[in-house]
Amino acid sequence: MKKPKVRNGKILFSEYTLGEGVRKALTLSREDILFEIKDSKLKGRGGAGFPVSTKWMLGAAAIAERKYIICNADEGEPGTFKDRVLLVEYPELVFEGMVIAGYAIGAKFGILYLRGEYEYIRKSLQDFLELMRKENLLGKNILGKEGFDFDIKIHLGSSAYVCGEETALIESLEGHRGEARNRPPYPVNTGFRGMPTSVNNVETLSCVPHIILNGGNWFKNFGTEKSTGTKLFSISGDCEKPDVYEWEWGITIAEMLEKVGAKNTKAVQIGGASGICIPKSQFNRKIAYEDIPTGGSIIIFDKNRDMLKILKNFMEFFVEESCGQCTPCRIGNTKLLEGVKMIENEKYTFAYLDKLKDLGKTMQIASKCGLGQSSPNSFISILENFKDEIFYHENGDANGK
Amino acid sequence: MLVFEKTSLAKEIEQLIEKYGNSRSSLLSILQEIQANHRYISDYAQQEIARHLCIQPVEVYSVISFYAFLNSEPKGRNIVRICKTISCDMKNKMSIVKAVERELGIKIGETTSDNKFTIEYTNCLGLCDEGPAMAINERVFTRLTPQTAVENLHKVVG
Repeated sequence: MKKPKVRNGKILFSEYTLGEGVRKALTLSREDILFEIKDSKLKGRGGAGFPVSTKWMLGAAAIAERKYIICNADEGEPGTFKDRVLLVEYPELVFEGMVIAGYAIGAKFGILYLRGEYEYIRKSLQDFLELMRKENLLGKNILGKEGFDFDIKIHLGSSAYVCGEETALIESLEGHRGEARNRPPYPVNTGFRGMPTSVNNVETLSCVPHIILNGGNWFKNFGTEKSTGTKLFSISGDCEKPDVYEWEWGITIAEMLEKVGAKNTKAVQIGGASGICIPKSQFNRKIAYEDIPTGGSIIIFDKNRDMLKILKNFMEFFVEESCGQCTPCRIGNTKLLEGVKMIENEKYTFAYLDKLKDLGKTMQIASKCGLGQSSPNSFISILENFKDEIFYHENGDANGK
Repeated sequence: MLVFEKTSLAKEIEQLIEKYGNSRSSLLSILQEIQANHRYISDYAQQEIARHLCIQPVEVYSVISFYAFLNSEPKGRNIVRICKTISCDMKNKMSIVKAVERELGIKIGETTSDNKFTIEYTNCLGLCDEGPAMAINERVFTRLTPQTAVENLHKVVG
C-alpha cells in the first residue's frame, strides 16, 4: 500500500474528520438533504455529468421494498486514476457519501463495485468498513437514528471497461456478462434486481459529505455558473509532476499545463481514450461543462509524440473493450482501427477516410451505450486536429522523429 | 482431470456456494475464487457451478469469456500483466515487455514450460502517474525499469 501523501485542495482534499458528514446529515430531514444537493448543482463526476439531485429525487420518490446505492468504482478510462486516490486516501468521504445517499433516498443497502485491477485496495476498504461499523456509522440505527439502517459491501469486478456504464455494471453485479441494458427504464426505477438503484461515481459521492457540512451555496462559490465545485484531474503523460490534482472547474488547459510542469506540449487528450484531443492552438479553452466537459483524465503529449500511434493505441483499446452486443460499436471500432492501419501503411484514400468519419458519426448516434457513442471521438478529433502532421508530414518525412 | 482432483474441486465449489449462496448474483464471486486458486476455471468446474446455480454450463462459460481476468484455459501459477495503455506505453513499456520476455524465455501470451508464469498485456491499470506499471497476480508494481521488473518476478515466487 502506498504511503498517503499530503494533498491540498479546496473541497475533496481539505480537512475532514470521520463521521462529521453523516452526523450533520442525520440532524436534517431527507428533503433538506435533497434540496441542499440540488442547491449545490452537483453533477455526476464520472463523465456524463447528470445532475445528482435529479437522480436522487427520483430514487427517493420511488416506492419499493428495497432500494440500492451503488458506488461505481470501475474507473477504466485510460489515464484515469483519481478514484484510486480517493479509495486509498479518503475512504471516509466515499463511504459517508454512500450512507448519506442511503438516508436521502431511503435505501438500506450499499454496494461498492471495485474494478478487478484494484483488488489490492479491497482489504483496506473492508477494514475501513469494519471501523465504521464499530463507530456505528454503518449498521443498525446509525448514530442513534431510530430506523435508519445501512450497510455496505464490496463487489469485485473482473476487468471489463464497459462495466463502468451503469446498466452494464448492474448486469455484472447480477452475475451476467457486463452488457449494457436498454434505457429506459433507468436504474433509478428498475436497477439492481429490478429495484430502484442509484449508481454514483466515487468522486460524486465524496463531494456529498462536504456539501452537507458546508451547504450547497458554499459549494457554488467554487467553479463556474454551470459547473459548480472542484474537479479531480488525473494527469499523466509528458510532464514533470503527474498526479491527481483538485482544481476548480473553469481552469484553462494552459494553466493546467503550467502547474504540472509540462513543456513543449503539442496536444492534450481530455477525457481519456473516449475524449477529445486538443491541439496547442486551443489551449486557452476551459475545462467545464460550458466548454470541454470531462471525467478528469488528462494525458499530455509533447512535440516528439506520433499522434497516429497514439490514435492506434486508443482504437486497439476500444476494439478489445467493446462488449460486442451492438453492431455499430462492434464492427465500427474494428473499421476505424483498420483505417488507422491504412494510414500507417499509406494505403488509404481520402474518400475512404471521409466515409470512416461518417461511420464514426453514425456510431455516436446508433451505439447502445456510452462506449460506442464516445469511442469515435478520438478518431475524429485526432484526424481533424493533426491532419498536417499525419498526412502532410509537415515536420519532414520522418514525421518529426 | 484425475478423479481425486474432481472430488476436491467439487468440494471446493460446494463450500463456495455455501459462502456466497446459490443465486445468480453470486456467480462472479465464485468464479473469482476458483480463478484465484487454480488460475483457470475448468470445464468440470463450470459444470459443477452451473448445476448448483441451476443454470446452463454455457451461461457460466459466457460470463468467463466476457471478463479479461477470468480464464477457461489453463495458465501459469503466476499471471504477469503489463499495462499497454497510452501513458505506460509512452513511459516505454516495450522495454519492460522485452526484459520480461527475455528473462522467462517466452513471448507475451505464452506460459513458461515449468508452468510458473504466464505473461500478457492488460488495459489501463489505473497507475498512469506511476508508469510503466505491471501486476503480478493481484499485486501491482510501478515505476518499473527493465531491471526492477525482472527482480519483481523473482520476488513473487520467492
